[in-house]
Amino acid sequence: MNPMDRARRELETLPAAAGNGLLHRRALLRHGAALAGAVLGYSVTPLAFAQQLTEDSWSRGPGTVVPEAGLRSRFERDVVRTLSNPKGEPRTQHARTPHHLVNGTFTPNSMHFVISHAGDPDIDPDQHRLLIHGLVKQPLVFSLDALARYPMVSRMAFVECGGNSAPLFSPQPIQATAQALHGLVSCSEWTGVLLSTLLDEAGIDPRAKWIVAEGGDAPHLSRSVPLSKALDDAMIALYQNGERVMPSNGYPMRLLLPGWEGNMNIKWLRRIQLTESPGMTFYESRTYSQVLPNGKAYQFYFLQEVKSFITHPSPGLAMKGPGFYEISGIAYSGNGRIAKVMVSADGGKTWTQAALQEPVHSKAFTRFRAPWRWDGGPAVLQSRAWDEAGFSQPTRAQLVAARGQTDGVPPVTAFPSQHYNAIASWSVAPNGEVKHVYA
Amino acid sequence: MSTRSLFVAVFALSAALVLAQAPNLGKPASPADIAAWDLNILPDGTGLPAGSGTAADGARVYGTKCAGCHGPEGKGGTAAKLVGGEPVKNMSSEKTIAGFWPYSTTLFDYIRRAMPFQQPRSLSNEEVYSLTAYILSQNKLIGQSDAMNAQTLPKVKMPNRDGFIVRFPERTP
Repeated sequence: MNPMDRARRELETLPAAAGNGLLHRRALLRHGAALAGAVLGYSVTPLAFAQQLTEDSWSRGPGTVVPEAGLRSRFERDVVRTLSNPKGEPRTQHARTPHHLVNGTFTPNSMHFVISHAGDPDIDPDQHRLLIHGLVKQPLVFSLDALARYPMVSRMAFVECGGNSAPLFSPQPIQATAQALHGLVSCSEWTGVLLSTLLDEAGIDPRAKWIVAEGGDAPHLSRSVPLSKALDDAMIALYQNGERVMPSNGYPMRLLLPGWEGNMNIKWLRRIQLTESPGMTFYESRTYSQVLPNGKAYQFYFLQEVKSFITHPSPGLAMKGPGFYEISGIAYSGNGRIAKVMVSADGGKTWTQAALQEPVHSKAFTRFRAPWRWDGGPAVLQSRAWDEAGFSQPTRAQLVAARGQTDGVPPVTAFPSQHYNAIASWSVAPNGEVKHVYA
Repeated sequence: MSTRSLFVAVFALSAALVLAQAPNLGKPASPADIAAWDLNILPDGTGLPAGSGTAADGARVYGTKCAGCHGPEGKGGTAAKLVGGEPVKNMSSEKTIAGFWPYSTTLFDYIRRAMPFQQPRSLSNEEVYSLTAYILSQNKLIGQSDAMNAQTLPKVKMPNRDGFIVRFPERTP
């Protein structure tokens, strides 16, 4: 028997780690490169011989001129954000990250999700100013040139809209891609100046307990943030994955509050006022206050709690026959690092631990992976994450019992409530179709 | 010197060094420098400017600058309904001004910073006060002839003022 056939046979006889074909997370690593090669075949039936290899057209002559700013391959043109308001009508615009078409642990800048309440302002960085005032010893104005001379830090951090995954408040599962359901979260390496450095320079009045941050966009979007968060890990972010922050993500500077509700991470940041009490702004007192089943509403939710979802496979990515697949997805928590992700292929009856991509950063995407041998029968895939503070994702039934669900099926783009972080489920049918289900 | 006091001294010295290393490039700003951006209104009325307005004045401004999107009488337009609405019951309830908003000051703050959608910051403070009075009056939260100004607006108590629960009290000062 040749090594490839031996490896394939070994794969087929690997003991399962949980029901419906889930393998141990280190199964593939343990069995070495030959096995990994066999996995790429994505089939347990004997492979047809590969076609005879020839020199392709692109290998028989020089290529094109290298562009100044890199562009994706023309074969990747379908990998785009989906837009809720492509004509820019006078209302909010949303652009969702195609999680099922990208991979890894940070989001390319062109794919980062966006919510823009009145379009993206076209800010001249030389004219832009950041004002810090209110309960400080000395109100100060900073130019971008000035901030560029301050000590900087870099960190990975996800930003998630408080309304991400809101379609899952529907009483019936809405059929849509991971992009449509969970596309309002992204992760980047952010580089900038710690807000605490600038607040120290202005001198904090001991009466100050809050900051009210404001953008230079048309709605002058403003949110109140406890001073303790501002002094903990808040950053004036100037760079996003190494280049200047994208216009849709807050160019030339945004407030970054790692792990906290996206809307509070004020884009196009121009002003921070220190106050004794919160502003009770439109977005905190109305929009991001979520109504509970007893008619009361949660206020000042702040935290994006522990969450995960499977990106591969997921709706829109059809399975190509029984065999080996890698289940993969992203997990993150506003409480810190992801401690553990469990994966199930039988709708939560049995679970096995997924491998976590190192390094695991605090308040950032962690890619998890689990090898799976699909036997071609019905399966329901789920992931459940735990964070280092000990919190884990609730089941959907638990979340709905506490928060409720909508009366009817809302449009997939609606935001009936916020902060949905329950376990999500994908069913796999024998024909390979992947659907969104409640399990 | 004890170990502890030595530690404190070294810590203080290194903190001072860190401060000394900060470039201190912020430029001092006077109240006059700040005035055009000083937009925040707090629920106790802090930040409210001079000026005053009534619902009658507000109706005129509303007709020319707001009705196009919000409907002729604060409802029935393409943008959010401003007049009417039941108390919220659950997540399917509409979050209206009368049925949900906890503070009247938010109305002034939001109109002044964000409206009209196509021309924010184009309204005078008088116009913002009068629009605030018009909307509150149409919702029967103030009388038809009540003037709204820095003294009266913070005193308007919204029906759902006590309808909120702080999600994480330990994180919220």
